[in-house]
Amino acid sequence: MNDDVKPVRLALPDVLSLGTIGLRTRRMRAVLSALGIAVGIATMVAVTAIPESNERALMNELAALGPNLLQVNAADNPEQDFGLPAESVDMVSRIGPVTSVTAVANTHTVVRRSDLTDPRDGSGLAVLASRPDLLETLESTMYSGHFLDRAGGAVPTVVLGSVAASRLGIPSVPSDAPPPQILIGKSWFAVVGILATTPLSPEIDRSVLVGWEAAQTSLGFDGRPTVIYLRARESAIESVRAVLPATVHPQEPSRVRVTLPSDALFAKRATEQTFSVLFVGLAMVALLVGGIGVANTMVISVLERRSEIGLRRALGANRGQIRIQFLTESVALSALGGGAGTAIGVAGTAVYAIANDLPVVVPALAVAGSLGGALVVGVIAGVYPSIRAARLQPTVALASA
Amino acid sequence: MTRVLSVRDASKHYPGGVTALDRVSLDIDAGELVAIVGPSGSGKSTLLSIMGTLDRPTSGTVELAGHDVAALSDRRLSALRGRWLGFVFQQFHLTDGLSAVENVSTGLLYAGVPRRERRAKAVAALERVGLGHRITHLPHQLSGGEKQRVAIARAIVNEPALLLADEPTGALDTANGRAVLDLFHRLHAEGSTIALITHDRDIAAQLPRKVEVRDGKIVSDRTGVQVR
Ligand SMILES: Nc1ncnc2c1ncn2[C@@H]1O[C@H](COP(=O)(O)OP(=O)(O)OP(=O)(O)O)[C@@H](O)[C@H]1O
Ligand SMILES: [Mg+2]
Repeated sequence: MNDDVKPVRLALPDVLSLGTIGLRTRRMRAVLSALGIAVGIATMVAVTAIPESNERALMNELAALGPNLLQVNAADNPEQDFGLPAESVDMVSRIGPVTSVTAVANTHTVVRRSDLTDPRDGSGLAVLASRPDLLETLESTMYSGHFLDRAGGAVPTVVLGSVAASRLGIPSVPSDAPPPQILIGKSWFAVVGILATTPLSPEIDRSVLVGWEAAQTSLGFDGRPTVIYLRARESAIESVRAVLPATVHPQEPSRVRVTLPSDALFAKRATEQTFSVLFVGLAMVALLVGGIGVANTMVISVLERRSEIGLRRALGANRGQIRIQFLTESVALSALGGGAGTAIGVAGTAVYAIANDLPVVVPALAVAGSLGGALVVGVIAGVYPSIRAARLQPTVALASA
Repeated sequence: MTRVLSVRDASKHYPGGVTALDRVSLDIDAGELVAIVGPSGSGKSTLLSIMGTLDRPTSGTVELAGHDVAALSDRRLSALRGRWLGFVFQQFHLTDGLSAVENVSTGLLYAGVPRRERRAKAVAALERVGLGHRITHLPHQLSGGEKQRVAIARAIVNEPALLLADEPTGALDTANGRAVLDLFHRLHAEGSTIALITHDRDIAAQLPRKVEVRDGKIVSDRTGVQVR
């Protein structure tokens, strides 16, 4: 090919510098026309990052409580005296991924502060027989005093859930005085400890815990658990869940109900997500309006720069090179808006999260998606103006005298 | 003599029955300095844009550096234009916001000169037009005459085979116009081939060759003695 007519390819740095001339020389206009995109992107980033921050806070909460805690109940109404088989706890502990297991059993007895209160009024509190490892499996702690010790003293001991303690009017267990006593059925028990609140098992908060053997001897409890709590490796939680009913109650697995207490905490997430769909819609509208703004600026820019285009054609620019210059400018404008919008969105999320005591989470995908979206908008907005620019006659530089 | 440009029987008709050029033929050889004169509306600018391949004639042929312009695609014709031609316009057409040297560098961009070589060449071209001390000035910091000299530097920076100028002194006062004209004479003396349009009969009279256009036709094409 003859070198005289060999088409010239512009290098990428040249294209980028050509595409930003308009931005560099008309700064105010560039800022104003990028504003629409910035608003759209900022909204987009914020509406994805804020729920994400909320969710992270929730996940942190769950991680602290343990998303690997499973609870097994007898499916029936607890009023009917349906206990799980006595050996079920041992059976569960033999499931491979299970790391710890414990159980409580409702003794269906009434607890009273003293013999002066009505024997039928249990203050809505349950008296539960508790295995000694309850605290470990629930990963709970003592608020006051200590947990049930196996070596029973002269008087059998109990531990109170946090709600039970306040209903019974025992705010704490004194360490230097004899323990307060409460009446269960017809026997007196010494209160040796109060549990901290256990958010994943609120029924424990509302109960009075008696040792397993003590319940059998003093309360006529039959040794059949009513609720089993267990922790399993998180990755295996679903498979453990699936085999539990048959393990716990091989004869009647359908009477067994297995729940993941952390599920309840997820419920509020759904409401937040419907909330954010609305805002994503708004962000899309803002982005669309921003794109129209950029397209409009570009059309005006092409009209104003007719003589520059003519000059470039006279200097040897071909149509493709004019087109890429204006297309790049449009994309650069959008990218400017996208970059500013991302910064604003991240800052807004940070302010919101810090004000609400949440961790600041900005999903990389949302940022990448928003910036990608801005670039796509820039390309779309630039197509028509750049085609118009490329179609101008080279003679316009001569004509506009 | 090397033929740089050859226009054969070129006509240009505009819609609405305007005949801006009527079967014009013109040859330009390397080293010539040609004045194109004629009254307003006679077709000078039309002729220049056809010579400069900015426009294609309705009929007739244009040959630039041995290439039939009509046979070239936009990409190839643009490349040819960028490498072989330089343009100077009445309205300097400098890009605001770009310094003198950046404006001149634009003249190398589309000719495929690598980025790292452009600045040195642009500075040299500015020095050639006597603006070595105005390299980083922005267009609004330059006088009209200086702007036109920047535009001339941009036109010559790639050593074009033919420099085309459409009333380069039209927007300048007499003194600045004279300085710009002297510059064209000097470039010609240094070997440039130049065709320039002018209204000014005195200017035209000083140039070695004078082409007179009227009503889209060349009415005279005289090579006279240079009176300087
Ligand atoms: N794009 C166009 N469409 C229609 N007519 C045009 C166009 N461009 C030029 N003409 C007409 O062609 C004729 C020649 O115009 P041209 O610009 O070549 O004149 P000129 O000799 O350069 O004049 P001046 O000295 O005023 O610059 C004029 O009658 C003009 O009106
Ligand atoms: Mg003219």
